[in-house]
Amino acid sequence: MNSLGLIILTGSLTGAVGPGIPVLYATYGELLVERAGRINLGTEGSMLMGACFGFIATVKTGNVAIGILTGSLAGGLLSLIYAYLVIIRHTNQLATGFTLALFGAGITAYAGKTFVGSRIEGINLVAIPLLADIPLLGKAFFQQDILTYFSYIMGPFLWAFLRYTRPGLSLRAVGEQAEIAFASGRNPAAWQFGAIIAGGMLAGFGGVELSLGLTHCWIEGMTLGRGFIAVALVIFSMWSPLRAMVGAFLFGGAIGFQLQLQSIGVPISPFVLDMFPYVITLFVLTFWTGIALRAMPEGLKEVLKMSA
Amino acid sequence: MRGIDFIKPVFRSLLGIVLAIVVFGIFLATTNRNPLIIYANLFSYTFGSSAGLSEVAVLMIPFVLTGLAATIPAWVGLINVGGQGQLYLGAWAATGVALYLKIDSIWLMLPAMAIAGSLGGALWAAIPTFLRQWRDVNEVISTLLLNFVAGLFVNIFVFGPWKSSGSYGYPYTPNFSAAAILSSIGSTRLHLGFFLPLLAVTACYLVFGRTTWGYNMRAVGGNVNASVRRGIPVTRYIVVAMLIGGAIAGLAGMIQVAGIHRHLRPDIDVQYGTMGFLASWLARHDPILLLGTAFLLSSIMVGGDLLQISASFPSAGIYILIGLVFFCVLGFRRLRVGAK
Repeated sequence: MNSLGLIILTGSLTGAVGPGIPVLYATYGELLVERAGRINLGTEGSMLMGACFGFIATVKTGNVAIGILTGSLAGGLLSLIYAYLVIIRHTNQLATGFTLALFGAGITAYAGKTFVGSRIEGINLVAIPLLADIPLLGKAFFQQDILTYFSYIMGPFLWAFLRYTRPGLSLRAVGEQAEIAFASGRNPAAWQFGAIIAGGMLAGFGGVELSLGLTHCWIEGMTLGRGFIAVALVIFSMWSPLRAMVGAFLFGGAIGFQLQLQSIGVPISPFVLDMFPYVITLFVLTFWTGIALRAMPEGLKEVLKMSA
Repeated sequence: MRGIDFIKPVFRSLLGIVLAIVVFGIFLATTNRNPLIIYANLFSYTFGSSAGLSEVAVLMIPFVLTGLAATIPAWVGLINVGGQGQLYLGAWAATGVALYLKIDSIWLMLPAMAIAGSLGGALWAAIPTFLRQWRDVNEVISTLLLNFVAGLFVNIFVFGPWKSSGSYGYPYTPNFSAAAILSSIGSTRLHLGFFLPLLAVTACYLVFGRTTWGYNMRAVGGNVNASVRRGIPVTRYIVVAMLIGGAIAGLAGMIQVAGIHRHLRPDIDVQYGTMGFLASWLARHDPILLLGTAFLLSSIMVGGDLLQISASFPSAGIYILIGLVFFCVLGFRRLRVGAK
């Protein structure tokens, strides 16, 4: 491989991890929600809440840990509205989720207005000894912040949780056949409430990572549709947390690759490069969903009308 | 079709709107603003001045059209959240015609732009339709993703080959020639494009309520398998509904560039697609009710502009009120027994 290719590859890899993490958290969150049989397009709103209120709390207290917690809670709080409307009031999930995304954009535009331009230290990077020295991958994956490492553990954890634990089984049962889950003594509404709030909190983490980890600032609407990308990645992952990691890093890799091409001055319009993550996600879905559909929780099929 | 069953949900929706306004008022009060004064100002500007009223009408044009773009596919059971992307492509195609076809007659130029705009929107809607019918890709996800791609696609042109040399560095295309402009009514920004949404709504109402096509569409949307057994060409209905939806959103794009901006620029869609989608849901995919919900949403948005100027409220902050209206209206709806 020539040196230019190597530079692009390492750059893309390093770039893949950073932008991938916020999406990864949102994907984990949405995955839980969908495994419980609901689809929440408001993930975008929860991410914005996390990014905005995590940032505000950090500026006010100077404490990153408080910022992380606040952001996550803010994300969860927003998804509570969705949970109430969809589960108790039986509103349409897609319209409610969309409104939630808009609502989150409104609240954060208002709340964050005076904090635009504030700068913070952000979350410290910690290099993991030995692992960080691995050529090519080491620096990309193991010289990151704590939220990033947490996200590596979370994937296998969620996978094991869903596959091997009783609560995981209950959650999946609710998502597949709510009536049967109910008949076997589980309360579908309670499980879905739990999954939706947990999903919102995870999306909040994603937002926090974006404002406190990656950019160290707050900009109105800074998630740029990553919450919606997360919804797509859940399908790509066929509702598996481990494949969700692959999907998020692919998405991050597309951003990293694009930044690399720009920095070495490849004469392509930057907007064409910006399309990469969306187009690649779409391509992957195109050649994947035929298989993926078989893995779709039964409870979702009705919402997405994919029985046709 | 309309009677007591129709009045009750409308009454409940109005109750929801009032509740949302009260909650937002409390929110304004907590930010040291007097909600009563603010609401009075908003009301007298939005509904009491020709400037305010005409701005509401100006916003209603894209809201109604993107609303129809969500409504028509909804009849056959599809969820089109790609109004924004289809609007962008329509605006792009219409701009291409305006900039490159040298036609001096307004009677030829505007129809040519409208056709180009509709085709642009329809072609953009054809992608998710194709992916859905032949690759099983869910149209919610694909139309969402394509919205982002469409915005970037327009950027390529307005920041690149189409950028005007006389726009002081702004990413605008050159201004359209006189033949390519939908002229304004009086001194307002309201333009002749106002008739198109009304025509489109009437046509949709007639087709949906009065023809076999409309009946078949409802059948497809209600139960695909039963429709197949009845011999209704389901695929054809789905494809056509989606393409018409896209074409109408594309027409909205053409109207925005020809009637409002008179050139193409990156920010021609300010959540219009989303608003149309939500207006369609609020109206339960009824084209006549859509006029009402689009009016409601555009009044709130115009109020938001005033709020930004007079009460230094960030423009996106008005989405809080929009969100509240939806939560309250959707939440107030009577629950169907046994509904999931």
